[in-house]
Amino acid sequence: MNKKQKKVFIRIIISAVLVVGLSVFTEQVKLNGWLELVLFLIPYLVIGYDILKKAGKGILNRQVFDENFLMAVATIGAMALSDYKEGVAVMLFYQIGELFQSYAVGKSRRNISDLMDIRPDYANIEKNGQLEKVDPDEVEPGTVIVVNPGEKVPIDGVVVEGTSTLNTSALTGESVPRDIAEGGEIISGCINLSGVLKIKTSREFGESTVSKILDLVENASSKKSRSENFISRFAHYYTPAVCYSALALAVVPPLVRLLFMGAAAEWGTWIYRALTFLVISCPCALVISIPLGFFAGIGGAGAAGVLVKGSNYLEALAKTKAVVFDKTGTITQGVFEVCGIHRGICGKTDGGYTAEEAKMLEYAALAECHSTHPISTSLRNAYNGKLDISRVTDIKEISGHGVTAVVDGHQVAAGNDKLMEQLGVKSHACTGTGTIVHVAVDNEYAGHILIADVVKPHAKEAVQALKAAGIKRLVMLTGDDRQVAENVAASVGITEVKSQLLPADKVTAVEKMLSEKAPKETLAFVGDGINDAPVLSRADVGIAMGALGSDAAIEAADIVLMDDDPLKIAKAVRIAKKCIRIVYENIYFALGVKLVCLLLGALGIANMWVAIFADVGVMVIAVLNAVRALFVKKL
Amino acid sequence: MKKTYKIEVDCANCANKMEEAAKATAGVKDATVNFMTLKMNVEFEDGAEVKAVMQEVLKNCKKVEDDCEIFL
Repeated sequence: MNKKQKKVFIRIIISAVLVVGLSVFTEQVKLNGWLELVLFLIPYLVIGYDILKKAGKGILNRQVFDENFLMAVATIGAMALSDYKEGVAVMLFYQIGELFQSYAVGKSRRNISDLMDIRPDYANIEKNGQLEKVDPDEVEPGTVIVVNPGEKVPIDGVVVEGTSTLNTSALTGESVPRDIAEGGEIISGCINLSGVLKIKTSREFGESTVSKILDLVENASSKKSRSENFISRFAHYYTPAVCYSALALAVVPPLVRLLFMGAAAEWGTWIYRALTFLVISCPCALVISIPLGFFAGIGGAGAAGVLVKGSNYLEALAKTKAVVFDKTGTITQGVFEVCGIHRGICGKTDGGYTAEEAKMLEYAALAECHSTHPISTSLRNAYNGKLDISRVTDIKEISGHGVTAVVDGHQVAAGNDKLMEQLGVKSHACTGTGTIVHVAVDNEYAGHILIADVVKPHAKEAVQALKAAGIKRLVMLTGDDRQVAENVAASVGITEVKSQLLPADKVTAVEKMLSEKAPKETLAFVGDGINDAPVLSRADVGIAMGALGSDAAIEAADIVLMDDDPLKIAKAVRIAKKCIRIVYENIYFALGVKLVCLLLGALGIANMWVAIFADVGVMVIAVLNAVRALFVKKL
Repeated sequence: MKKTYKIEVDCANCANKMEEAAKATAGVKDATVNFMTLKMNVEFEDGAEVKAVMQEVLKNCKKVEDDCEIFL
């Protein structure tokens, strides 16, 4: 408890003791009415002076209808009706409720910030053989910093010395440590587990991953969800409405009785009912628990490696019924590998190439030595040796077809069947699926190399988990050709595939699907943030995955998955659903209880004690319920 | 221009009221109050005198909720 809370706590105890003592005392001894009032005013003022003061100031500032005003009117009214005990008790319980609320909110605030406690406090710089701790903000890019075992990596960079394992769980929610060695890129926010690392920083602290993530999480709730806006608007109309109803309740029935029914007015009864009405009406439970629920949900998601940029996106994700995947980097690794080298006979997929096959790969790799295309990279990786570039001359890249070059005096062509056709070389198709690179040497067909993108290990489970989470439509988009796309889709269980799409076609495809869905449903697009930023921003919810270190993805997406495991998509959906369920539970519960109690209060069935429960009790329950959104580990 | 300020306020409804008060202040284009992180993000109109505007925001917030603070 902080100082303010402690003070209130002490006041609660003093006033509780006094009021209980006085109640017992007045049971025994019959006091004069005035004396009794004066005695009960002591605990009343002890507990309620600040509320009365605030209510007074509110009236002066023309902010009449706030909860302080409600409480002041209700309790003063109760005192005036000689219900001294009730008057003090209402104030007492109101303060207990406020105290609890501020404690619970403070506690969850701390819990959530602890979860996201990845902010490094310092960076070590070596000076004259001594380590010096400096503010990470002051470290210039290109400085070498030292990270000892157990410390957080403060700034993004490249390891220049040392090997170690890293705990990335704060960033990705993934508990398996990652190995890192010299030359490896390292991301701030990881915890160094075993060896001392020297890191050459590549960015400033403010531009580093850890700062970006913290910034994103801290500003997340500034984008308010529809539920939150609803509650704000609701509270705006609700409080005055209740106040006027209470006034009407106090005045109209007695007048009606007096003037038209000829009965006694019973002012006391009706004023008491009106006061009960006021106590019940306080909108706290709603206005506190809804944002708290979202805040806890975003915090919990962050701890699981799912960064949500605003509660509106959490809300949209919970309503998602269609998920569109980009193939490369989402369902597949996005890394091409040579799966087979075929000279004449197809179907062989393992390694152990013959000398002739290896020669063909070498030629192809040399011909493609300057290309940055992923296919070329995979050829070079498969060759696994040093390529002597001086052996290659006359490289010609034919866009959309392949490459021709002269290698060791031989005319080498490597590319697709269109290239072979163009050269007049008769090629034959491969029985395997993937990208085929045909190779011709001196205008004679040598064979082909099969290159395929590998499906991620969890892709199939992820698709099943999404279906189980209520996703009705799963679509895969890709720029690849149909056969490859359908093969990948079939292997993970996706039935709808749109292939051979250019980046602009993907936007069109998503727009078409957006127009097909029901208005209350949303569509999520999952991509790796490379080339698909326009689609990410066009979809209702743009999810970027494997985004560690990719600024473009963090920028463009609404939800960022810190690692590239597709199972996280389903987890994100489940987290969102849980959070929204809790928020709705709170809205329905708080409104329901309040309405019932208001009705009972108006009819005179509910007394002040019920009213206190409807105010404080409901709020406490709603706050506790909201905090549940934080626990997402087992989802 | 956008700036973030730390605030102190006790109840969520009061935070909402502060948000409205800040939004209504001259020179403020948009404002959001985040009760959970106790922060106020203020987007200023072009050419607004930030310091003067924030004094005004604080004054307006105090009007609607006496028990609040903005750390300028």
